[in-house]
Parts: sequence; C-alpha cells; structure tokens
Amino acid sequence: MDYNATTPIRAEVLDVVNRVLHRCFGNPSSVHLPGRESKACLEDARRKVAGSIGAEASEICFTSGGSESNNLAIKGAAAARQSGHIITTCIEHSAVRRSCRYLESQGFAVTCLPVDMGGYVEPGAIAAAIRPDTLLITVMWANNETGQIQPVEDIAQIARRSKVLFHTDAVQAFGKIAVDVKRVPVDLLSISGHKFYGPKGVGALYIRRGVELSPQIHGGGQETNLRSGTENVVGAAAMAEACRLAVKDLEGDSVWIAKLRDLLERRILEEVPDTKISGDPSRRVPNTTNISFRGVDAGRLLLKLDERGFAISGASACASGKNEPSTVLMEGMGLTQEEAMGAMRFSLGRYSQEAHITKLLKVLPNIVRDLRLSSARS
Amino acid sequence: MKSIYLDNNATTRVAPEVFEAMLPYLTEYYGNPSSLHRAGSRAAGAIKEAREKAAAFLHCREQEVTFTGGGTESNNAAIRGVLEAEPDKRHIITSTTEHPSVLELCKHLEKKRYRVTYIDVDEAGQLNLEKLAESLTEDTAIVSLMWGNNETGVVFPIDDIVQIVKPHGIPLHVDAVQAAGKIPIDTRMTEVDLLAVSGHKLHAPKGVGLLYVRRGTRLRPFIIGGGQEKGRRSGTENVAGVVGLGKAFELAESYLTSGVETTRRLRNRLESGILSKIPNASRNGVPELRLPNTSSLNFENVEGEAVLLLLDEIGICASSGSACTTGAVEPSHVLKAMRVPPERAHGSIRFSLSRYTMLDEVECVLKELPPIIIRLSRLSATG
Repeated sequence: MDYNATTPIRAEVLDVVNRVLHRCFGNPSSVHLPGRESKACLEDARRKVAGSIGAEASEICFTSGGSESNNLAIKGAAAARQSGHIITTCIEHSAVRRSCRYLESQGFAVTCLPVDMGGYVEPGAIAAAIRPDTLLITVMWANNETGQIQPVEDIAQIARRSKVLFHTDAVQAFGKIAVDVKRVPVDLLSISGHKFYGPKGVGALYIRRGVELSPQIHGGGQETNLRSGTENVVGAAAMAEACRLAVKDLEGDSVWIAKLRDLLERRILEEVPDTKISGDPSRRVPNTTNISFRGVDAGRLLLKLDERGFAISGASACASGKNEPSTVLMEGMGLTQEEAMGAMRFSLGRYSQEAHITKLLKVLPNIVRDLRLSSARS
Repeated sequence: MKSIYLDNNATTRVAPEVFEAMLPYLTEYYGNPSSLHRAGSRAAGAIKEAREKAAAFLHCREQEVTFTGGGTESNNAAIRGVLEAEPDKRHIITSTTEHPSVLELCKHLEKKRYRVTYIDVDEAGQLNLEKLAESLTEDTAIVSLMWGNNETGVVFPIDDIVQIVKPHGIPLHVDAVQAAGKIPIDTRMTEVDLLAVSGHKLHAPKGVGLLYVRRGTRLRPFIIGGGQEKGRRSGTENVAGVVGLGKAFELAESYLTSGVETTRRLRNRLESGILSKIPNASRNGVPELRLPNTSSLNFENVEGEAVLLLLDEIGICASSGSACTTGAVEPSHVLKAMRVPPERAHGSIRFSLSRYTMLDEVECVLKELPPIIIRLSRLSATG
C-alpha cells in the first residue's frame, strides 16, 4: 500500500524493455543503422509521452526522473532570466523545495505560500504574491503525502494573465487523474516513470513551445541542447508505454481504486479509535489517504505492519529515512506535532485487492492499541 | 544481414549477464530504496551491493561512489559541484581534446565569469604537461582531464598529471568514461579526486553512471531534492540500472584480466591490415598510449561520412568522430587539436571494438573496406 513511493513495472512495459534493449541498442546520435533504429525508437517514445498529456512531441524533454525534471524546470527557468522572484508553496516535494532554496541562496527572491487546513493553496494568495519581477510559479498538481489536488487550472489562468511561467510537479498526479496541458495551460510539467508502472531512472519535462530554459547538463547537445547525455532509450520507450497504458486505463482504474481507498479509510476510521484524515477528502487523487493515529509513532507502526507484510509509508519515501514529522502536514496543514508524528500514508494501486484491506484490518486495531499502551507506560 | 558493430566507443550492447542481474529488480523487487519497509530495504540492499562492486572495481571506499544518470551528468556534477564549493576561485584547467560534456560546460562557464585554460596536445594527442604545470594558479578551482579519448583512444598519463596537480591541492577530475573497462583504474595508486564513469560504455544500460568522489573532496550536490546518495544526488535511485552497472563492473574486472588482450590483438590486426592494404592511409595518434579497443585512421581524398554510409549499407558500423557530434559537419575538434590536416580529418574513421568482436568480423572489414576507399578516392579524383 505504498504506490506513491514507487510502483511495480507492468508486464506490457517489461515487454518493451525486453524488446528495445535487444533491438535498439545503438546510440541515437550515431548515423549507422543501429543508431537510426535507436533514434526512431526514442522519437516514437517522445510522441507517445506527448500524446498522453496533450502536448507536441517537440515539447518533451527526457530526463533521469522527476527530481531532475523539477531541478531543470526551476533552475533552468531561473538561469534563463538571471534574477527575479519565484512563488511556491510549503507543501512541495523536496526536489522543488530545495531547488527554490538553492535559488534563494543565489540571490533570487522566493515566496513560499501556506496552505489551508484542507491542504490547498489559495489561488487568490498566488495572484496577490505576484510581483513585477516574478518569473515563475511552481505548485504541485497533487501532493505525494496527502493526495490533495491543487487548483492548478486557476493558477494556470492567473499565471497566464500575469505572463509568469507556471511549473507544476505532476509526478503524483499523472496516471491517477487526467493531466492535459491543453486543458490546463501550464508551461512546465514534470513526470516520473516509476510512479505510474514504468521504470525508475527515467522521467520527462514538458516544456511549452516558446518557453526558454537554460540547460542544466551541458555536453553533446542531446534533447535539443536542453539536457545532454546519451539518451536512455530503453527507459524512454518503457515510460512511453507506461504513459499510454496510464491514459488508457485511467478512467476504469480510478473508479475501483477510489472505492477500495474509501473502504480502507472508512474501516480504519471505524475500527481504530482516535484516527483522523488529513486534508480535504473531497479533492484528492483516488488512491491516497493520509490518516493520523493519535498517540502513535508512525515509524513504529510502520515497522510493526512491515513485520506482518504490509508496506506502508510514514510520510514520503524520500524523507522517511529521517524520523521527523512531515513538514507538509505540520507547517503546511497545521496538524499538531502529535498528529503529524502519527500520520500514515496509504497509497493503493493496480494490484491492490479488497483482501489486503481485510487482512490489514485484522491486525491494525491491535497493533495500534499495543503501541498506545506501551507509549503510555513509558 | 548480421551487423558488425565496431562503434563501441559510442555505446555498447548490454551484456546478457547484466540484463539477467537487472531483471529481478524490474519485476519482483521493485521497492523504493528510501522506504523503511522490507520492499524498500531489499532495493536498498541491492544498491549497496552494486556500490561494493563499483568500489572494488575502482579500489575505493563505498562512500566514495555516487550513482548518477550517466557520464555526462557525472562530468557536469563534478565540475559544477567543485566550483560551487569554492565560489571564490574562478579558474578552470582542461584540455582541447575533452568530451563535449566537459568542453561545452567550460564554454558555458566562460560566459559566467570563469576563466578556462585549454591545454593543447601534440600531434600524437598527448597533453602538454609543461603547460599544465605552468597554468596552475592560486585561483584554479579544478583541473578536468580525460583518461582515454573517445575519438582516438589516446590515453593521458593520469599518474603523471596527479603528480603535477596534487602538490597544489587543486581537485583533479578525470573523465574515465572511455577508460573504464578498457584499462585498469586504481584510485589507490592514481590519486584522482573525482572520476566519471558511464554505464553504457561498458555493457551496462544507458541512463546510469557514477561519480567517484575521494573522501574529503568538497563538492556541492548537483541534482537536489530527497537527499538520496547521501545528499550528493537526489532522485529515486535507478535500482535496476545501478544493479546492472554493478554487474558490468564485475564482468569488466574479469575482462581486464583475461579478455582485453584478445581485443588489443584484433584491433592491431584490423589496423595493420588497413594500413597495409590502403595506400596513404595513416593513423591518428601513435600506436602506444592508446585504449586497446580503439583505432582512428584517416584516408586520402575521401569523406569519412561517405565511407560510413557505404559501410553501413553492408552492415558494418563505425564512426567518423564522436557520436555526439556526428550531426555536425565541422571536423572533429580532437583531430584539429592534433593538427591533423582538415582534409585528413574529414577522411577519418574510428573503429572501436568490444569483448564481443570476433576475428571473422575483423576479416570481413579488411575485405570490404579497401575497395570502398579506393572507389571513393577515384570518384573524388575524377570529380
């Protein structure tokens, strides 16, 4: 139940890996046949990725993953403009947060907007924060810890009216809800292959035509000079297949996965006392729920559940090495430290089953009770 | 038609053993290494194991290995990371024959108020070591030089370079993308500070590489975020890719002890065969001090690109310069730096062999190439 951390590769995607690895092994920059085959494969992948978000092929830049996409979008937009002001929120993924902080150290101004109790950033607050020198707004499409969907459509309109670039980290949104750059006119958008049943080590940045970015990796000039380095052809082809499947199955999957998530949530709230959902349940991606177990240390709960074979996350996987309460929940959404310490993220996916939930609920109430008793004693 | 692939400096086939090692991490063990549950720790364990293999290959500590998205990223991360750690130093030293991932970055940095010294090479492609020694200043932040050249296979004397640079306390970065897996690398004997390796040049997949960072080297992270790779390189680890790279190091280790001499013999056979069969053909660089797999040759009165096309038609894959710049019509910057006359540079072909190259493939090239060259040179003589 940790599909927001990563997902298994789908069988169809693995087939592509197998096929492309053996057939298109050339360097896409080489002029001979293996090189041309590789190049064709890469460009086919680019068209598919573009098609899955309503973009043109020329607007897709392949990267090594979501973090690189976010780094490229934010640092690249800033570097192309030398100085200015950036607007972000305090619930962003660390790749965005730390890129903004880095730019702050380089002399850029950064406004970090809070979110309300429901986990939303207020579009009006963004409009109010825009200054004449604002160059970029970066707000995630959906939050990795709570699943909250941000009002990206409104923000895109505001950004457009003010002629400010809008980047959205769609790493957690793509594959879970419809992501279409025609409908939501963002300028830059990051996705990561391994969050939607593609491989790790590949991602993409959508760059609306005409948007100027400075490359962050210099060299052979691949990816129209925006991102040098021999292209990960197999990764790109595999992610493209994952993109295609994600769009094809979105409607069906989101319905049954949401039902399962709702069932999980309802049963936990009913059967485990002193539990509470973080964020506004009405505007979330269909697979995620973040539940606080009051008086419980999420880290210990996670380990107890792991012993029983349940993979669940305390907060986001990237930060979970540290035993700190989530900044998203505390600073962002105003949870108390106790609530944030006891927050667990359940994220479901294609291979989740009702039986898993039944099994979980057989053990969860007792584990939580025991943890509460032992912490009360100590 | 079975193709004869002699362009292994551009990229290599993934070794079957490498793919086999990766497969479980594409299917069963797909966890995120940062996750605290067992699926996560299984993946983290695989990364640790790959890191051990990389460290064994480079003879370094595990903590000195940072996995990246490839050789170009490693080179960028090394140079920019050192510069950002020493913001007051504004001078960079490199050479005229580096890979674009170093040269293009340096050109970019020149626009950002950095001063770059490009050390020249002689006609054999060898670095002017006196010039290097003279160029080191108080203001020098980093020296970045390649170990093996991608176009000519020329090997720089990194040991001598270490002796020159180290006493000054200036970090030395070595682009070992072409050297790794072709000549031994031992960071205990050769005390470089940073070293870049790319997976797909040694039969691991594309999209993974590493940066060796000697303990104590000051380096700012390049891609920032979740703090993976001990904060050096953020982003969910490419677990299968990293596992593949680890396996590739293991295979390279045994190739270096038992297979590389076969490659060298085949390369020598190919080269001497061509030089003896084709009039006025000559070698770019000297026969010694080269990677064992690379042969860069030039021919009179032919266009390298035309030779490549005709070879490609019969399934022989070679390269005219580096793959990264083959789209361009400019003659190779490496050959230019070696003072190869422009018409000879335009008539240059690079053959790069691998552990999978067979004798009959070399024989086939020796049979097919001479008539192609002779035909093309006649055409250009009459035209």
